[in-house]
Amino acid sequence: MTRPDLETIAQWVAPGARVLDLGCGDGSLLKHLWERNQAHGYGVEIDDAEVLASLRNDVNVLQLDLESGLALFQDGSFDYVILSETLQTIHRIEFLTREMLRVGKEAIVSFPNFGHWQARLQVLAGRMPVSEELPHQWYNTPNVHLCTLADFEDLCAQLGATIRERAVLHGGRPVRLLPNLLGSIAVYRVTA
Amino acid sequence: MAGSVGIVEAKRAAFEEPFRFRSGAEIPRFELTYETYGTLNAARSNAVLVCHALNASHHVAGTYAANPEDVGWWDNLVGPGKPLDTNRFFVIGNNYIGGCFGSTGPTSVNAATGKPYGADFPVVTVEDWVAAQARLADHLGIERFAAVIGGSLGAMQALQWALAHPDRVGHSLVIASTPRLSAQNIAFNEVARQAIMTDPDFHGGHYYEHGVVPRRGLRIARMIGHITYLSDDAMMEKFGRALRRAAPGFDFDIDFEIESYLRYQGDKFSTYFDANTYLRITKALDYYDPAGDFGGDLAASFARAKAAFLVVSFKSDWRFAPARSRVLVKALLDNRRIVSYLELDAPGGHDAFLLEDPRYHGALAAYFGNIEL
Repeated sequence: MTRPDLETIAQWVAPGARVLDLGCGDGSLLKHLWERNQAHGYGVEIDDAEVLASLRNDVNVLQLDLESGLALFQDGSFDYVILSETLQTIHRIEFLTREMLRVGKEAIVSFPNFGHWQARLQVLAGRMPVSEELPHQWYNTPNVHLCTLADFEDLCAQLGATIRERAVLHGGRPVRLLPNLLGSIAVYRVTA
Repeated sequence: MAGSVGIVEAKRAAFEEPFRFRSGAEIPRFELTYETYGTLNAARSNAVLVCHALNASHHVAGTYAANPEDVGWWDNLVGPGKPLDTNRFFVIGNNYIGGCFGSTGPTSVNAATGKPYGADFPVVTVEDWVAAQARLADHLGIERFAAVIGGSLGAMQALQWALAHPDRVGHSLVIASTPRLSAQNIAFNEVARQAIMTDPDFHGGHYYEHGVVPRRGLRIARMIGHITYLSDDAMMEKFGRALRRAAPGFDFDIDFEIESYLRYQGDKFSTYFDANTYLRITKALDYYDPAGDFGGDLAASFARAKAAFLVVSFKSDWRFAPARSRVLVKALLDNRRIVSYLELDAPGGHDAFLLEDPRYHGALAAYFGNIEL
């Protein structure tokens, strides 16, 4: 578990919980959740290589496009629906967020904070931000919907969702002071 | 390095008790032809049953000493170091009951008449195939399969195993399939059956006695089938609008490559496949519907399954399109079964399940590799 947001997520997931991990990549979070918390479930991933890596990690993986929603999953059928570092690549964010809150008792969302001071400074200098959390150039980035902590909290309010917990991180450490300026990664626990 | 299982031999198991079909019909005894590859371990926990689709047989891998050209139909998947690794698994191929490659079927002699069953052989179902395979498993001393795998119609058997014998299947691998046919699928089957049954050489299914075979009907049935096995793109890629002769003939002989291909496939098929078996297989496909006894509720029908599932579909497969696999995945998810699902963007159409694609075979290798024995 190298990504700091994943450790936060693992701490929030209750032992034995049922988990749906959207954009699960190579399945390492699910594998970790199983080994650490005996939490089990499924990953959803679209990329062939990542699906194969998930299978190799002995993780249940479903090759589906998140943009078409979560029609395969029943209401309230998971304790947690996780969207880690994937939100910014989603086109229909409102739709998917509603779907997550329908399928899961809780949604856990992590994303790179576009409001981090380094990003702000780069925009001020007239350039699109490039950083450890946002490693791509503007012309080859998979990210289509970058946001700040304040933006995401507005979206939750607009969708009538309740934020239960928030962790803001930078360099793997929690950020308590001026999180929207000093945090580079945000993790939220949200309920309908 | 992956290799071949080498020279193999078909075996036969005879069952001297009556077999009752789902239709209620009965035959006094039956035989199944099968092949095995690899070695059954001491715990008898490493057996994998491979189920074939429409025109294949028990000859899954390897070659025959007398006929080195006759390579098994899934040889690219099964062998030492291959995705279904015979160094680790004991793999069994079988020809289903009602088939025409050695197992008891319409061409077998009916002891009551001393003549081939022909039209009198019962209509078979996927349930019947699995019931007969269960007898073969008993015969081989296999209480539980590590996995049952198949593509298309073979995958329906893998599904049915998980439903009929929940405690006898560890993993069910369902590739390029559907839990039930659509009206369009049934329609194609009916055209194939009509082609056979309206052939003047069909003689109501008792053509053996007349020393003929309804070759024209079989040929057309196969041509129709082949169209549904390939995608539009794959067919265009392979044949395009290429002509077989220098210029259009303005007659009804072969102009286009695709016509030549279909005629060739049809001709070849009609020399080795039994028309009565073909009729019965298409019926088995049409009738299969695990939700039938559950008011159409597929999720309810899968409540009794205990196996872990791998479901694979191919985007270019329009015969059993990915949406049909997703319906199955949803039924499994509704029951909180262990399931993984692959939806591969492979170009081969329905036949993609027989082709070697690194993503597809990589996934199967990974999946089989994680099966605990």
